[in-house]
Amino acid sequence: MNAPLDPRTPADLALSRPAPAQPCRLPAGGLVDRGRGLSFTFDGRRLSGLAGDTLASALLANGIHLVGRSFKYHRPRGILSAGTEEPNALVELRSGARREPNTRATMAELFEGLEARSQNRWPSLGLDLGAVNGVFAPILAAGFYYKTFMWPPSFWEKLYEPLIRRAAGLGRAPEGADPDHYERMHAFCDVLVVGGGPAGLMAALAAGRAGARVILAEEDRELGGRLLAEAEEVDGMPGPAWVQSVEAELAAMPRVRLLRRTSAFAVLDHGVVGAVERVADHLPVPPAHLPRQRYWKIVARRIVLAAGAIERPVVFGGNDRPGVMLGGAVRAYLNRYAVRPGQSAVVFTAGDDGWRTVADLARAGASVEAVVDARSEIPAQQARLAARLGARLVAGGRITGTAGWHRIAAVEIGDDRGCTEGRGADLLAMGGGWTPAIHLSCHRGGKPRWDDALAAFLPGTTPPGMSVAGAAAGRFTTAAVLADGAREGAAAARDCGFAATEPQVPRAEDTPDARVALFHVPASRGKAFVDFQHDVTAKDVALAHREGFRSVEHVKRYTTLGMATDQGKTANVTGLAILAEIAGRSIPGTGTTVFRPPWTPVAIGTIAGHHRGKAFRPTRRTPTHAWAAANGATFVEVGPWLRAQWYARPGETEWQQSVAREVAAVRNAAGICDVSTLGKIEVTGPGAAALLDLVYANTISTLAVGRVRYGVMLREDGFVMDDGTVARIAEDRFFVTTTTANAGKVLQHMEFCHQVLRPDLDVSMISVTDAWAQVSIAGPRAREVVAGLVDPGPDLSNAALPHMAWRAVGVDGVPARLYRLSFSGELAYELGVPPDLGEAVMRRAVELGATPYGTEALAVLRIEKGHPAGGELNGQTTARDLGLGRMVSTKKDCIGRRLAERPALTDPARPVLVGLKPVDARTPLRAGAHLFMPGAEPVTANDQGYVTSACVSPTLGHPIALGLLSRGAERVGERVRVLDPVRGGDTEAEVCAPCFVDPEGVRTRG
Amino acid sequence: MRIPCPFCGDRGNEEFTVLGAAGLARPAPEADDAAWHDYVHLRDNPAGAHRELWHHVFGCRAWLVVERDTRTHAVLSVTPAKERAA
Repeated sequence: MNAPLDPRTPADLALSRPAPAQPCRLPAGGLVDRGRGLSFTFDGRRLSGLAGDTLASALLANGIHLVGRSFKYHRPRGILSAGTEEPNALVELRSGARREPNTRATMAELFEGLEARSQNRWPSLGLDLGAVNGVFAPILAAGFYYKTFMWPPSFWEKLYEPLIRRAAGLGRAPEGADPDHYERMHAFCDVLVVGGGPAGLMAALAAGRAGARVILAEEDRELGGRLLAEAEEVDGMPGPAWVQSVEAELAAMPRVRLLRRTSAFAVLDHGVVGAVERVADHLPVPPAHLPRQRYWKIVARRIVLAAGAIERPVVFGGNDRPGVMLGGAVRAYLNRYAVRPGQSAVVFTAGDDGWRTVADLARAGASVEAVVDARSEIPAQQARLAARLGARLVAGGRITGTAGWHRIAAVEIGDDRGCTEGRGADLLAMGGGWTPAIHLSCHRGGKPRWDDALAAFLPGTTPPGMSVAGAAAGRFTTAAVLADGAREGAAAARDCGFAATEPQVPRAEDTPDARVALFHVPASRGKAFVDFQHDVTAKDVALAHREGFRSVEHVKRYTTLGMATDQGKTANVTGLAILAEIAGRSIPGTGTTVFRPPWTPVAIGTIAGHHRGKAFRPTRRTPTHAWAAANGATFVEVGPWLRAQWYARPGETEWQQSVAREVAAVRNAAGICDVSTLGKIEVTGPGAAALLDLVYANTISTLAVGRVRYGVMLREDGFVMDDGTVARIAEDRFFVTTTTANAGKVLQHMEFCHQVLRPDLDVSMISVTDAWAQVSIAGPRAREVVAGLVDPGPDLSNAALPHMAWRAVGVDGVPARLYRLSFSGELAYELGVPPDLGEAVMRRAVELGATPYGTEALAVLRIEKGHPAGGELNGQTTARDLGLGRMVSTKKDCIGRRLAERPALTDPARPVLVGLKPVDARTPLRAGAHLFMPGAEPVTANDQGYVTSACVSPTLGHPIALGLLSRGAERVGERVRVLDPVRGGDTEAEVCAPCFVDPEGVRTRG
Repeated sequence: MRIPCPFCGDRGNEEFTVLGAAGLARPAPEADDAAWHDYVHLRDNPAGAHRELWHHVFGCRAWLVVERDTRTHAVLSVTPAKERAA
């Protein structure tokens, strides 16, 4: 007997088992909530953490350092940082349609039930067969793919690329459509502060107190920046307590908006900043009322960039082994998350900064085995600290290698005298100094400048309105950062017209950080990584230089250094320093790093917001839409509109049956069609006629009041732009219609012609497309249907209302307009009524015997009559091509007239509009097929034109088509070959005049 | 990008469409082919100040002459096309 299938996923099962305790959690301290334990899984293993943890801190609390495999060599990788710069610890979160690849574990907030998986490993994280790439590492150097997979060329697409893509890569895309929604917000402020650390807080305080509208955007879930990670006091209280007091004051200011979990990712033109707020990333499922993320478009008069600084790894052999972490990150895990990332630590530092790590590790009860300080002279106080802790102090020291399998187990230390020794350690805290996070200052093209004293790039020319404060501006003590923030915040508010004073700067740590430049340990063993995420080593940079790549931009592209999703936040400056060293140049002489948006990866869905699916653009419905839907209509998208395509009746199984019936009704009785989607423009004023004479190729000014004229407009280059009708409502008032597709474009063009070309004309124009429901009533019985629709009184006789005339009528006592126009070639009218009467008109017309018809029947009717439409008005045809050449007035100027006279456009060999009938009267012709002389080889040189529109004519009982054929007007009666090589049609057709029904127009005038 | 519309105030570029160079004089109908070719097809591509026609299509629908530095995108001046031409 089979057991019932367990519906629980492996993750559910893991979560149902008790989690082990967190062996590396400190018993006290930190900013985590010890009262709220959270369960989560990593690679199916059940683990626990605390509220306030990131995934990275929770993994470290559980003693887990190995979290992924590297991109190219599949090297075991751990957690390098504690923040946004993380290049290594990329994991997949969640599952199914919400699966998110390449998420930084250091930024993912822990929540109950979080599912996380390592990436780029097979079959498992511990045993990854791809790691053989590491064995072949000598041949997988920079440019390997370019050099190796060159031959044979056909193998690239089919074999090499898929294999490489499988082996080198990161996470997997989600399987389904994103179930969450995203939204966009527009915000305006006086001062935007980017970064909520000590500088940003002081800047916001200064501007906020002055009364400025302030937005403070902080990437972390909490304000405070490094003050959350360091064990230091501000104003006599612990850093986080001071942060809370400032936060409380800011939160109470009505003109200050605090945006947490918000990354300002792009600085655009004119003070516009793009930011993404992770509204619900920290929740298992976003609540229905909240978006997953929100894209903020912030317009700021002033920007204070207070993005802090990023610590640089040191490049030495084995610097990527799990357990090798940045010193500042070690302090963050100790102080903020109460996690001890190692029991026996070695600290490798360029100077004072590493000694903070030493002190914090010791306070947390870790054993500090050795302090390797690159300076040859160690201050006495630090030497005493090392002695007190029993740590070996190596002055002028280097790490020259590491050992260990999935985690560091030992390090090799070298000193000034060239002696080396090994030492056991499960944590190596390294730091080569801090790089100011100047990225956003470069987005508008500003070049950073090198500061020799700080060994760092500082903001150069900043975008207009931006100032930089704090560590991002190269201030590296807390006191200097606080003072800088206060100064820049007040200055920004003053620039916006507020009387701002600098807030008093609180007391804080003010010892400058003494250190030496430390980027690279050249004499070290094993792979020394510069760019962890793209697996670029110091050797790759050297190789690129040897092969002749001198420009830093070329080296970057050849080695892919800095081109991973982290954009080289921890790698760029180090890479540049190594290149400079090899080339024997200075760092600024070698190049600068240039940063472009986005600061961190942004999901396309966030930028799209609600503009997807049905909400991608508004759906426009005609006034008779509901009636049509209730009467069997199938709808078709025409531009933004939904139009009835045909109305199926019971028993009609093919659309052609419905269309044939509708066409027959128009030809033999009466039909009604909603044509409200045509663009409608009212042009008024004493200059209206003169403007329309300029816009239209034919003359409009001679049109009598009460009459209607067909009009063609050209582009200035001589090709046809659009066509439509013009009714003269009064001496100074015209009603113009355009095609559905060009409605917006034509109005814009007319406004251009008026405002730019003829501003002397006193004329105004407005779109009235939505102000009229307009229906076409066509067929021999159209007059009696119309008579039944309009209020009694008007004389509708042919004499009183002839073809191409209009008159005012009433419908239910409401003013309406009746135009005698025909697209179908039958006796036909267009009746314009206010939109809310549209449905009633439709219903009554049907009661009076009119058959509703859709766009397909409309198309058949006009092909039978040879009226040009979309297929012919394709932007490549002239009025002459369409047989409308005589409409282009030679008596007046108009847009396009002059270039329409170009020799190429008046060439008698140009394809012109013709009708086509298949010789066998059965084979359908298809739009897009090309025309050849029978017997001519079907090559481009012999191409004589193409079919533009085709249908089966119910009136004639056989297929017909319109086409453009070279010298077509002279070739009536000739045969042409109609070849459709794409879809496989090949037949002969007879050329005829482009009008198949009633060429004399007797019906139209009846 | 922000454009200060003389009628509507400072607005985002999503409200506008751009046509191209401003200040082109439309030749008389009898002008020679070269003048018309120049007017319809030839455009300068300056590095620096450039006058362009923008249409406030989702605003007041005014055609505007926007003077913009093509290197920095700084907007130097905005005037209604109607006034320029008058």
